[in-house]
Amino acid sequence: MANTLVEKILMKNTGIKHVEVGDIVISHPDMFMVHDIYTPYLYETLKEMETEKLDDPDKVTIMFDHCLPTAVAKNDSVHYDAGINLSKKYGIKKVHIGEGICHTLMHEYHYAKPGTVVTATDSHTTTYGGGGCFCTGIGTAEMGAALTTGELWFKIPSAIKVILKGKFKKGVYAKDLIETILGDIRSDGAQYKSIEFTGEGVKNISMESRYTICNMGLEAGAKCALFPADEKTAEYFDMDLKDIEWVKPDEDAKYERTLEYDLGDIQPSLSCPQGVDNVHGIDEVKGKKVQEVYIGSCTNGSIEDLGVAANILKNKKIAPYMKLIVVPASNTIFKQAIELGYIQTFIEAGGVISHPSCALCCGMPYGLLSDDEAILSTANRNFIGRMGTKKSLIYLGSPAIAAVTALNGEISDPREYLEAEA
Amino acid sequence: MEKVFKGRVWKMGDDIDTDTIIPGRRGTIPEMKEMGKYAFELLRPEFASESKDGDIIVGGKNFGCGFSREQAASVIAINGIKVVIAKSFARIFFRNAFNKGLILIESDGVQDACKDGDTMEVELNKCIRVNGQEFPVKKIPDNLLQIVEDGGLIESIKKRNRALKQREVN
Repeated sequence: MANTLVEKILMKNTGIKHVEVGDIVISHPDMFMVHDIYTPYLYETLKEMETEKLDDPDKVTIMFDHCLPTAVAKNDSVHYDAGINLSKKYGIKKVHIGEGICHTLMHEYHYAKPGTVVTATDSHTTTYGGGGCFCTGIGTAEMGAALTTGELWFKIPSAIKVILKGKFKKGVYAKDLIETILGDIRSDGAQYKSIEFTGEGVKNISMESRYTICNMGLEAGAKCALFPADEKTAEYFDMDLKDIEWVKPDEDAKYERTLEYDLGDIQPSLSCPQGVDNVHGIDEVKGKKVQEVYIGSCTNGSIEDLGVAANILKNKKIAPYMKLIVVPASNTIFKQAIELGYIQTFIEAGGVISHPSCALCCGMPYGLLSDDEAILSTANRNFIGRMGTKKSLIYLGSPAIAAVTALNGEISDPREYLEAEA
Repeated sequence: MEKVFKGRVWKMGDDIDTDTIIPGRRGTIPEMKEMGKYAFELLRPEFASESKDGDIIVGGKNFGCGFSREQAASVIAINGIKVVIAKSFARIFFRNAFNKGLILIESDGVQDACKDGDTMEVELNKCIRVNGQEFPVKKIPDNLLQIVEDGGLIESIKKRNRALKQREVN
């Protein structure tokens, strides 16, 4: 029988030979992640459950990225302390404090490998699907139970197939593709479903870009979003392609819906205030004044993203009164960006560089907007009030749109800029 | 655990959302028993007072949509309902329900064979019987039924932990 990719991964994990959509299977996840927002609740849940030891502490990682360094004195230190207590009490050694955003670290540290099952206490856990990993978010009660027993049940989801052809034109990126898809299927279009990318266009998409796409697959309600494993995946994970070749959907797998995109047809696109699926092409949005630009987040804070922005900002100055904030997604990326001169470029252009963390994406430590201020952000959500007051406006776009917007003080088309430069 | 449930049918429609199950403004009532009195208060005000242990809710598609609040599952369970049947369930409600000790069964067809107030029999992992008709149902994994039998996820894990500890002592 032909199976979708999510079915194949769950079948391998559970040893079940035949599954159908709607079946419930009991998996043994290969890796669990909890970040600092949920450490106090997880600690309390495990206490309530009277759990004294975890099934396998080596399969667990705690990442401090949301509340660090502390922005709200008492509050944030509770999260910090709970994380440290969890680590000490249960012997969790994979502890990452201030090294970067959890979702980026999960693939950088190769915790979320191709063909494995991974879960975390965060909605954007779908990110690692870019590396062919089945991963989805859960709540703290379930995390407590799963860490105790090593088991977690899943319902086999129905799936949407997205066939990709060709390659992006200059000035068009992964962010534009996933936003186009979000505009087409809307924020509930993939509710509980698996979004599976396939087609000859896949090979033209970098690993960083695959992670961007899968990160935002969640915004369509998806349980998971998956790319097949190929040479790029094998290289990223330093694995033998032969070992992960199976990580792809079967030819005749049954999908409830199939979408097809020619990457060459995708236009620079933005999610406009205030809905991730309120997507408009750049032509409809350009000219809109913004006061702040944020380049970073688990969606678009990779070295590739910083490179795209730095290339545009090199030897330029951002618009007067513009606030440009750049946040590399991890320390590894930060160091690379220093070596490659990107950080120098951002500083000389007039940007503010902040430490790798979730930063202003979730409106936690700084960069908050006030009434009627607008931001062009490369993050994944523009819910009302997420990055400041209820009356602030959030536009989501690619790092290229972000960079040209920072230069011009208004939302601009990176293609015009790149053509002028060429 | 019990394999057969028999009770009166509480028939409901499509898209029964978490606010219909328990209005948001009731969500802050500290005692679950007290909160349970307001279950379905806008749709079926008589539900809390008239429902009996073993009664069965039969809904349409997308039962439990809306918010992730776990109380939606809890207020149904506290009223003695063990089984909810629907054409489909919202994802988060589905997980919350088993974790709060409710059994959910997906069945498309039984809705047309019964009306509110009918008597229905559910034999787990086998079929639903109502008005002389039988509708087969999918198997629910034992681990999930164990959670229900233990009285929910937290209780279930607690029970497991205590059993392990007991074994170590012995």
